[in-house]
Amino acid sequence: MGLASILLGVILVNNYVLAQFLGICPFLGVSKKLDSAVGMGVAVIFVMVLATAATWPIQQVLNNFGIGYLQTIVFILVIAALVQFVEMALKKFIPSLHKALGVYLPLITTNCAVLGVCISNIDEGYNYIQSLVNSTGAGIGFLLAMVLFSGMRSKLEGNTSIPACFQGVPITLVTAAFLSLGFMGFSGLV
Amino acid sequence: MSSILIPVALVSAIGFVLAVVLTIASKIFFVPVDETVAKLRAELPGANCGACGFAGCDDYANALGADPSVGTGKCPVGGAALAEALAAVLGVEADSSEPQVAVVMCNGNNDAAKTLMEYQGLKTCKAAKQLFGGLSACPYGCMGLGDCAVACPYGAIQICNGVAVVNRELCVGCGICAKQCPNSVIRIAPAKNKVVVQCNSKDKGAVARKNCSNACIGCGKCAKVCKFEAITVENNLAFIDPEKCKNCGLCAKECPTNAILNMRAKRKPAAPAEAPTPAAEAPKAE
Repeated sequence: MGLASILLGVILVNNYVLAQFLGICPFLGVSKKLDSAVGMGVAVIFVMVLATAATWPIQQVLNNFGIGYLQTIVFILVIAALVQFVEMALKKFIPSLHKALGVYLPLITTNCAVLGVCISNIDEGYNYIQSLVNSTGAGIGFLLAMVLFSGMRSKLEGNTSIPACFQGVPITLVTAAFLSLGFMGFSGLV
Repeated sequence: MSSILIPVALVSAIGFVLAVVLTIASKIFFVPVDETVAKLRAELPGANCGACGFAGCDDYANALGADPSVGTGKCPVGGAALAEALAAVLGVEADSSEPQVAVVMCNGNNDAAKTLMEYQGLKTCKAAKQLFGGLSACPYGCMGLGDCAVACPYGAIQICNGVAVVNRELCVGCGICAKQCPNSVIRIAPAKNKVVVQCNSKDKGAVARKNCSNACIGCGKCAKVCKFEAITVENNLAFIDPEKCKNCGLCAKECPTNAILNMRAKRKPAAPAEAPTPAAEAPKAE
């Protein structure tokens, strides 16, 4: 499979949030404002690529020992430690980036989308380069979903034509469902 | 046996390596915390109420340390003493922090205000508000179920005779109660103002009076009698400008429904021959 089709496929067709329903918590939680949505999206791209870069070789080690089933627990361990390490390094060397990513960096340590992309790289049988491209695309897809949704939510804010019983969370969930339905139009593209 | 030993050893090894790496990294990448910020943080009360406008005491200390022009007087919990302590750490002039207190803009107690129903539901104002807009006839007033009293971290609010009452000695003006009230009856106002309108009703005079005998009917007598032009009547409700009010109490005397409370005046039966010390005002604060 070509790298371009992997990238396009994971951004649009198999979008992690809107088609695979992973990482819904930050998708609903942090999409109120556009700038925080972008911050979160960029942090997710960053962590997904790093996590894949670290976990793909580790899976090969596990396979060598014949204990591939330890995948989940080892991946969580490695991702958490990695994010912690990156945060410390960023704080020291690039304080401006650390400040920009802010609270989102530690927040996504336990994000299921990050773990999900690492595991699906293995399941799909991608090689190292393909895995990295897939992770980048997954992150971009997450960013895209966040930005689109925060735009839709800004229109809901203070909208008086919403019935009282739908205001707040209910209309947000309905909107998210419509956005997800919209993305189904991409199915079969790749 | 080895089928269990290898995984255990491997995961332990990974955990150990990661722990060592993180420990070393935390030493190498150690960013010294600014000493001033640490001192500022030590001075702050640590209630993390957010009344200063920052996300907790840590955030305020960071902001102050980075830029003293943020102002040392933002913390209503610590008040003027804290503002000076913070200023001493920073080596700048303290800005005056005016003490603030919560003011309940309702005196619709059980004797004065009519109730709509025999409410037997969940004993919170928020729940009662969902049911036909509250249990009292006046849709603007205090329902007296005590969401504010529960929320207050300083124990400064009590429900007395069906109305929330703020103890001005305990209140620090953090505003948590004001956020809880579904009718927005509680306002945060400067503590120096001792004359307050105890009504929130925006109904027309006749309707307001029918619902509650202590209601402001928007007659405007107070506005006329005020020598400092501190009172305006808008939406059938008197408002005293805290900047202009001099606590003279003329309006409280003039008010036909006793909707204005003058905390400096001696209470006729309640507080008999006490000297007008600040302590004498406190017991029945609102």
